[in-house]
Amino acid sequence: MSDTQHTEKISSEDEQRTIINDFQIVIATVNGTGSQTANTILLRSLFRMGIPVCGKNIFPSNIQGLPTWFTVRVSKDGYIARKETSEVLVAMNQVTIGEDIDTLPAGGVCIYPADWKVTERADIHMYPVPVKELLKSADVPSNLRDYVSNMVYVGTLAALIEIELVEIEEALKFHFSGKTKAAEMNMTVVRAAYDWAMDHLPAINPYRVERLDLTKNMIMLDGNSAGALGAIFGGVTLVAWYPITPSTTLVDALREYVQEMRLDPETGKSTCAVVQAEDELAAIGMVIGAGWAGGRAMTATSGPGMSLMSEFAGLSYFAEIPAVIWNVQRVGPSTGMPTRTSQGDVLSAYFLGHGDSKHIVLLPNNLNEAFEFGWRALDLADRFQTLVLVLSDLDLGMNPWMSEPFKYPDEPIDRGKVFTAKDLERLGTFSRYKDVDGDGIAYRTLPGTKHPLAAYFTRGTSHDEHAIYSERPEHWVANTERLNRKFDTARSKVPAPVINEVDGAQIGVIAYGTTHPAVVEGRDLLRRKAVKFDYLRLRALPPGEDVRKFIEKHPRCYVFENNSDGQMAKILQTEYPEYASKIVSLAHLDGLPLTAERLVTLLLQKENA
Amino acid sequence: MASSVRENEIGLERGDYAGRPTTLCKGCGHNSISNQIISVAYDMSIDPTRVIKLSGIGCSSKSPAYFMSRSHGFNALHGRMPAVATGATTVNKDLIAIGVSGDGDTGSIGLGQFKHMVRRNIPVVYIVENNGVYALTKGQFSATADQGQQLKYAGVNELPPIDICLEAIAAEASFVARSFAGDPGQVRELLKAALSHRGTAVIDIISPCVTFNNHETSTKSYPWGKQHQEVLQDITYIPYADPIMVDYSAGAVIVVEMHDRSHLWLQKIEASRHDPTNKIASLNLLEESREKNLFPTGLIYVDENRPAFNEVSHLVDEPLVSLPDEKLRPPREALDQVIAKLS
Repeated sequence: MSDTQHTEKISSEDEQRTIINDFQIVIATVNGTGSQTANTILLRSLFRMGIPVCGKNIFPSNIQGLPTWFTVRVSKDGYIARKETSEVLVAMNQVTIGEDIDTLPAGGVCIYPADWKVTERADIHMYPVPVKELLKSADVPSNLRDYVSNMVYVGTLAALIEIELVEIEEALKFHFSGKTKAAEMNMTVVRAAYDWAMDHLPAINPYRVERLDLTKNMIMLDGNSAGALGAIFGGVTLVAWYPITPSTTLVDALREYVQEMRLDPETGKSTCAVVQAEDELAAIGMVIGAGWAGGRAMTATSGPGMSLMSEFAGLSYFAEIPAVIWNVQRVGPSTGMPTRTSQGDVLSAYFLGHGDSKHIVLLPNNLNEAFEFGWRALDLADRFQTLVLVLSDLDLGMNPWMSEPFKYPDEPIDRGKVFTAKDLERLGTFSRYKDVDGDGIAYRTLPGTKHPLAAYFTRGTSHDEHAIYSERPEHWVANTERLNRKFDTARSKVPAPVINEVDGAQIGVIAYGTTHPAVVEGRDLLRRKAVKFDYLRLRALPPGEDVRKFIEKHPRCYVFENNSDGQMAKILQTEYPEYASKIVSLAHLDGLPLTAERLVTLLLQKENA
Repeated sequence: MASSVRENEIGLERGDYAGRPTTLCKGCGHNSISNQIISVAYDMSIDPTRVIKLSGIGCSSKSPAYFMSRSHGFNALHGRMPAVATGATTVNKDLIAIGVSGDGDTGSIGLGQFKHMVRRNIPVVYIVENNGVYALTKGQFSATADQGQQLKYAGVNELPPIDICLEAIAAEASFVARSFAGDPGQVRELLKAALSHRGTAVIDIISPCVTFNNHETSTKSYPWGKQHQEVLQDITYIPYADPIMVDYSAGAVIVVEMHDRSHLWLQKIEASRHDPTNKIASLNLLEESREKNLFPTGLIYVDENRPAFNEVSHLVDEPLVSLPDEKLRPPREALDQVIAKLS
C-alpha cells in the first residue's frame, strides 16, 4: 500500500465530466488465469467500433501465479503509445489490488470482485461486481467456469463504458475462429454480466466509448507474426531457432504460415525447413550453413541468444555468408527482465563479434515494417552476402497493434551476386573475393555448381581475393578495405530514415522502433508548450548521408531510446564525430514502452537545464 | 576395373581430386586420411562439384583444404561444423557432405553439436581425426587422451577419456566405425561404406600427432596402434553396379545392404565375431575395449533403417535452393486472404 491518503470526495466537476474515447483501462490479473482471451476480446471489440486502440501486456516471466497487467488505451486522436496513467481499473488480483487502486487518478473507476475486502477511496468510483454469483447463474458447466470467468469483467465494462455487445460477439467469433460453442459460452457470461451491470451500476459513468470510423480497413496483429509473414513472402527456406522469450511466437507463427502458404499443392510437402536447434550456437550455425549453400535462412532470438551467436556473426561478416537474425529485444544485461521490453541490444548488434566487425541492422517500428523487413532482410543478406539483424522488441513483437494492411513486396526476390556454371563458362575465371564491380561486393558460387572453376574454400581465417589462406599484411588490408567499401555501399541501400520537418523547429529529435508512438504524441504535447522539433526516425544502420545532414542542420539532436546507456546516440556520435557534442541522449529504460509524458519530461528537463 | 585406365567413370583423373599442398607436419596421420579420401572419391567416380567439405577448427579441420579442390569447402568454427552441415544439407539434399573434425573439436567444444547431429542423422560422413592432443596450441590433453598419460607441458592426465564411438551410439548413431590412419586399406573401405550411408556416418580414426603425441605409451601413436590394432572384420565394399560373386560359408560373412543398394561384405575374423548390426554387442565391444585398453577397428555399428534428417523433414523432393521464386513467394492473393482474416 502506498502512503498516499485519498480522502477527498469525487468533486461535482468530476461527476459531470464525461470523457469519450480518450482514456486507458488497466486490467490487473494473476498470470495463468486465462485473462489474455478476455483482454484480446476487449481490444478487438473496441477496434471494431472504429476507435484507435493500443494494447500492452505487462506480464511476468512465470507460468502461473504472478501479477499481470494489460492496458487498453482508446484514443480518438489516434495515439497508440502507452499512457502512464490508467483511468479505469479492472482489479482481479487480490494481491495487488491495493496498489492498483492507488494508481488511479481522482475521478477514476474501479471494478473489483464484490467478495474482496478493499480499502475504498472516496475520490474514485468503486464498483464491486458479484463475479462468483454471476458465473453460477450463467448457463455454463461448472467445470468450464474458470475458463470463462474473465468474461465477467468484459460484460461489466461493456455496460459501463458502452462497448457494443455485437462487436464483442464478433470479436469472440474471430478469437475462437470456427469454434461456435466456445464463442457462445463466453458470450453467455458477457451477457449475464452486462445485464447485471445495466441493472445495478449507475447509468452515467465518466469514461465512455463511442463508435468512430478511424480503423476502417485496418488490421490487428502482433509484430512477431508480421515479421514471420514477411519472411514467408521473402521466400525463406530455412529457419533454425532455439526457444526464447519474446521471440518464440515469431517462429510459432511462421510454422503456422508455412502450413498455410508454403506447402506444395500436389505433394503437401514444405518449401521451408523449420529446425528447432539444441541451442543458439547451433541455430545460427544452421543458418550460416544454409546461407552458404544458397538457402534463404534466418533465426529468431533475443539478447542472451544473440550473445551466443556472436562468434558466428563474425564468421558471416568475414567469410561473407548471408544470414538473418531477428532479435526481439528484452531487458538485459544478463537474464535481465525476460518479459519486459527494451532497445538494449543496438550497440552489440551493430558490432556483434570480435575483431572489426559491423552489420546491417534494420529497425522496424510498426507491423508494416516488421512485415517489410521480414522479406527485405533476406534480400539484403543475399545482396550484401552478410549478416542482417532485425531489431524488433517485446513491445512490437508480442503486443497487438493496429496497422494498415501489409503491402505485397514491390520488388522481386533478390538473390544477390551469384555466378552460375554458365557464367563461369563464359568468364573462364573466378575469384571469390574480387571486387569486380567496385561496390565491395564480390561474386560467389553455390556448392553444387557444376563447373570445375566453381569451388572455393570458405574460411574465417585471413584470405586473399582467391579465397586462399594468406597472412600477408597487404592481403589483410585489401580485404578489410573492400569490406568497408561494401559496408559503405549498404548505407544508401538499406531502408532510408523517415524525416518529418516542421516550420519553426529549433531542435531535432531522433528515434527508432517502438519509441515512435511516444514521439508522435509527445510532439503534439510539446507544440502546446511552444516547443517544436524536426523528427528523424531511423529505420536501419549503417546510417546514410540524410542522417548526417539532419544532425548537421540542428543545433541539438535528442536521441530517444529504450535503453539506459544511450546506445544509438553513441553509435551516431561515433559515425559523426564532428557533431558528437550536438547529439544528446535521452535514453530511458524501465522495462515498459516509452510514454509521451515521459518523453516530454525528459526533453524539457534538458532543454530548460 | 582395369587400373591402366587413368580416367574414372565420369572422365576425371586422380589428380582432379587433389587438394592444395598440405601444411601439416610430415608424417601426420591426417595427411594419410586426406589421401584416402582422394582415392575413394576417384575410385567411386564421385562428382566433386556435388561434394562439400566441412570442418571445425584445429589441425584436422585444416585438412579439407588438402583434398578435392574442385569441391566447395567450409572451414567453420571450433566445434560447430555439425550445425553448418545441418543447414547446408537441409537446403540442398543433393550435396554429398564430408566433415573432418578432431578430438578437441568433437570431444570437447563440439560434443553437444556432435551428439545432436548424430541424433538427427544428418547425411554427412563425419571423420574424427583423433590424436588425443591439442596440437595447434602445442600439446594440451584432449578429452580422448589416456588416463594417467604424461605430456611435456600438460603434466599427468587424471581424467578418463571420452570414447567418441560410445557417445555416438548413445546418441542413436546409425553408422559408427573406428579405424587407424596406419591402415589405409581399412580407412578406404570404411569411407566407401560411409559414403553409401543415408545418415551420419561417424568414423573415429586414430590419427597420430607425430609432433606431440607419438610416443609408444600413447594409445594414439603409430607404434601403439600398429601393435594393438585388432581388425574386427575384412571389409569389402561392393558398389550397386557390381554383381555379387563372393563365395562364403554361412555365418562367416555378414552382408549389409546400404541405402543406395551397394553392399558391405564383412568377413568375420575368428577372434572377434562382432556383429555390427547388434547395438548391445557394439556397446559391449566398446566398453570392453575401454576396460582392457584394446584397439578393435572396423565397422562397429550400423543401422541402415534409420532415415536421415532430410527424409523426416517433410520437405519437397527438389532441393530447396533450386526452387524458383514463384514457389518461394506466395501469390498476392495469399496475402490478401491473410489480411482479410485480420481485419
